[in-house]
Amino acid sequence: MDVLLPRTLEEALEIKAARPEAVPIAGGTDLMVELNFDRRRPDLIVDISRLAELRAWRREDGALFLGSGVTYSQIVRELREFRPLVEASRTVGSPQIRNRGTVGGNLGTASPAGDALPVLAAYDAEVVLTQAGGRTRTLPWHAFMVGPKKTVIEPSELILGAQWRITRGPGSFSKIGTRNAMVIAVASLCLVIDEDRRAVRVALGSVGPTILRAPEAEGLAARALADAGTWDDPAAPLPAQAFQDFGERVAAAARPIDDVRGTAAYRRHACAVLARRALAWAVNDRITERRGL
Amino acid sequence: MLVRTKVNGEWMTADVWGGASLLYMLREHLGLPGSKNACEQGECGSCSVWLDGELVCSCLVLAAQAHEREVRTVEALATEEGLHPVQEAFVESGAVQCGFCTPGLIVAVADLLTRDPSPTEAAVREALSGNLCRCTGYAKILDAVWVAAGRMREERR
Repeated sequence: MDVLLPRTLEEALEIKAARPEAVPIAGGTDLMVELNFDRRRPDLIVDISRLAELRAWRREDGALFLGSGVTYSQIVRELREFRPLVEASRTVGSPQIRNRGTVGGNLGTASPAGDALPVLAAYDAEVVLTQAGGRTRTLPWHAFMVGPKKTVIEPSELILGAQWRITRGPGSFSKIGTRNAMVIAVASLCLVIDEDRRAVRVALGSVGPTILRAPEAEGLAARALADAGTWDDPAAPLPAQAFQDFGERVAAAARPIDDVRGTAAYRRHACAVLARRALAWAVNDRITERRGL
Repeated sequence: MLVRTKVNGEWMTADVWGGASLLYMLREHLGLPGSKNACEQGECGSCSVWLDGELVCSCLVLAAQAHEREVRTVEALATEEGLHPVQEAFVESGAVQCGFCTPGLIVAVADLLTRDPSPTEAAVREALSGNLCRCTGYAKILDAVWVAAGRMREERR
């Protein structure tokens, strides 16, 4: 097994062009487990952990570009205003794992339990792929991740990062597991309110073959906020039934299975509970924000 | 492949298999068995070291990724004068039973107290959430953290 240590993104892409079978390693929190347990023996590994081009994030034209090599610790330290993303990052593994694990790793592995993924889905993020010769392409998250651990990345490509339009409004990430740390989600949910478009966006993790959005529930919540006058006056209360209906619609969007971490029935129930809580938090956060607290 | 790494202040070279972890290189090539090999999947924290100053599980770092980088292991903590305050505190508080998790926990505690000299209990629990101990039930480990924190604050004065 050979390991190549490119110093620049360009070098890394040239390696991928010449040797498309080269397996990239960044934080190693997924790939190293496969190597340690003899589940995978790639001929060639390419270390992308030292590529400064991937470790950067930047704001441009009202959008955020998040490099694939940005670690979860870095997100927690540097991207505080993206609260759902920070909350999701804080639930990843342990401090040791967050110091290494990257958003690009979540995207590349494309496990439906990847903690950052529901957030990217709720942000309507795009995934940016690149290959030698400066050829890049941008895909909506759902066109990139097409099944459990399945993406449409070409062997010669690397994940450059994810990008999304920065929105105004509250949001949260919540996750069900057996403890607060070192846990693979049994179910997770990200809710984002887009004040300017008066939209609610909800994405679910670990309850389907890939990350799922809940469009019916999203429409229902946005209408409920309009009917109650809550968009204009955050203090105008949303009826209890709206939370109930929202939870049910979100649960209906899940496509869970029974596995070692939980049953399908439990996961569906968890989705309804997480959805009601997330909507309640968002409603409260809008009131707090309006009061300038 | 040849990997050249600065380990505990000294440049060292090891000829490792490409798929070897940093943990394997430290233990089997460089004669540093302080970092323990337990779960090999980042769950237990017993292989915790610093890579360029950041706390990591050395089982999840490819040895080659440490090429031309700096690693500090638990072996760097004690000096000629004696044990590191965190090590002293673990011994005195009865925080060591079978001892297998101890090096990783000591590295994680030292990392925490360097960044946050007066952590809350929640911060300590969070900081040690990646280190498993199956003997102590953690109570004595938390005791050791408070002892070590007090001593390290004293030393700074």
